[in-house]
Amino acid sequence: MDKTVPDLATAVLGIETGMTLMVGGFGGSGAPVELIHTLIDRFRATGSPGELTVINNNAGNGRIGLAAMIDEGMVAKMICSFPRSADARAFTERYLAGRIGLELVPQGTLAERIRAGGAGIPAFYTPASYGTDVAKGKPVAEFDGKHYVQERWLKADAALIKAQTADRFGNLTYRRAARNFAPLMAGAAAVTVVQVTRIVEPGEIDPEVVVTPGIFVDRIVVVPQPKQEEELVRDGVAYA
Amino acid sequence: MSAKLSNAQIAWRAAQDIADGAYVNLGIGFPEMVAKFQPPGRQAVFHTENGVLNFGEAPAEGEEDWDLINAGKRAITLRPGAAFFHHADSFAMVRGGHLDVAILGAYEVAENGDLANWSTGPKGVPAVGGAMDLVHGAKRVAVITDHVTKDGKPKLVKRCTLPLTGVGCVTRVYTSLAVIDIEEARFVLREKLPEIGVAELQSLTGAPLVVPHRVADLVAPVL
Repeated sequence: MDKTVPDLATAVLGIETGMTLMVGGFGGSGAPVELIHTLIDRFRATGSPGELTVINNNAGNGRIGLAAMIDEGMVAKMICSFPRSADARAFTERYLAGRIGLELVPQGTLAERIRAGGAGIPAFYTPASYGTDVAKGKPVAEFDGKHYVQERWLKADAALIKAQTADRFGNLTYRRAARNFAPLMAGAAAVTVVQVTRIVEPGEIDPEVVVTPGIFVDRIVVVPQPKQEEELVRDGVAYA
Repeated sequence: MSAKLSNAQIAWRAAQDIADGAYVNLGIGFPEMVAKFQPPGRQAVFHTENGVLNFGEAPAEGEEDWDLINAGKRAITLRPGAAFFHHADSFAMVRGGHLDVAILGAYEVAENGDLANWSTGPKGVPAVGGAMDLVHGAKRVAVITDHVTKDGKPKLVKRCTLPLTGVGCVTRVYTSLAVIDIEEARFVLREKLPEIGVAELQSLTGAPLVVPHRVADLVAPVL
């Protein structure tokens, strides 16, 4: 029942070329930087995993984290709502050169598609995007006199997320606004990998405050002093 | 045309219509300014898409906590009674009709309530963020904008020409010259600057203005 793994490299085992990967975070808040960098290390050493489809709200910032993954050529396609950032060079250059795909999804639809993926709901209707270019080709239906667009669930082979505290059973709490997509992604991935600042024994997290119950979590790795993506970008750090 | 409200004054005017205790989402950029002009004695609860209710002003430089940001990725602070939640709950608040007001920017607003505010065309990298969700569900979806573009073209139009954010979603527009409601797919003039005549205002507007018997003066303090 102990879901902790000894190190980052073990945590990302089994993530292979061609997979669909959910990555937590909204901008730098909640970005699992160490897990991402561990995947990059493996790609540099072995050439895998490449050709990834990555689901994140954004598409990287600066030269670290998700942006570094894109720079490295590991990502074939992004599914995101806002592929712009203070320094979106990595995605922008590849996108304009036709070397990376993009599925643009309104942010609330992205969240709900991920939630649906974890909840066993294959499709749902939302008012968002009705009548816009984003809805082109999607089924539309009228309910109580209003129009809605059908959207499908999103699932992934693996999710990489960051939390604040975990117990060994995988119950999670987050830090401030860093939870954003993480609780949704934890449900929607076949394997959910969590980097946490602190690990505690079962019973030490009050069940009343658990945000993500351990049933959604597969592997936990402790990163006691995680890097904050926004700070790395502001310091001009490159993961090279 | 000489007389017009500054952005701060437009934001001030929009703030006058927000009730004490209202749940409000302010779009990234110009609309964020509305928070500064809440009338004395009123305190709205501000929502941001990435999962915070009841946030306050930006922290002092050097005191940012980058796990505590708003949808524009700027550092924020918390007010007493704040709450965190995940993205699906956040957009349930938006689409589910729980927000009282959403205030957004605009490239174009059409008389039928259509809004274009996310894309100026096919060039570059497309990015929509939460714009297409935010225009649905709030009890009032208001726009704040200059009345015309930088080169003098109407932003209030018969039909939007830029890619739409949402269809028939805007209920009120606060501009640099006027306050206009959208009712039954028509622009209804509610307030205008006293310095500008109806004919001139009409000439700067891309669709017919319905002018009721009483149109109030739009007056904002010097800010």
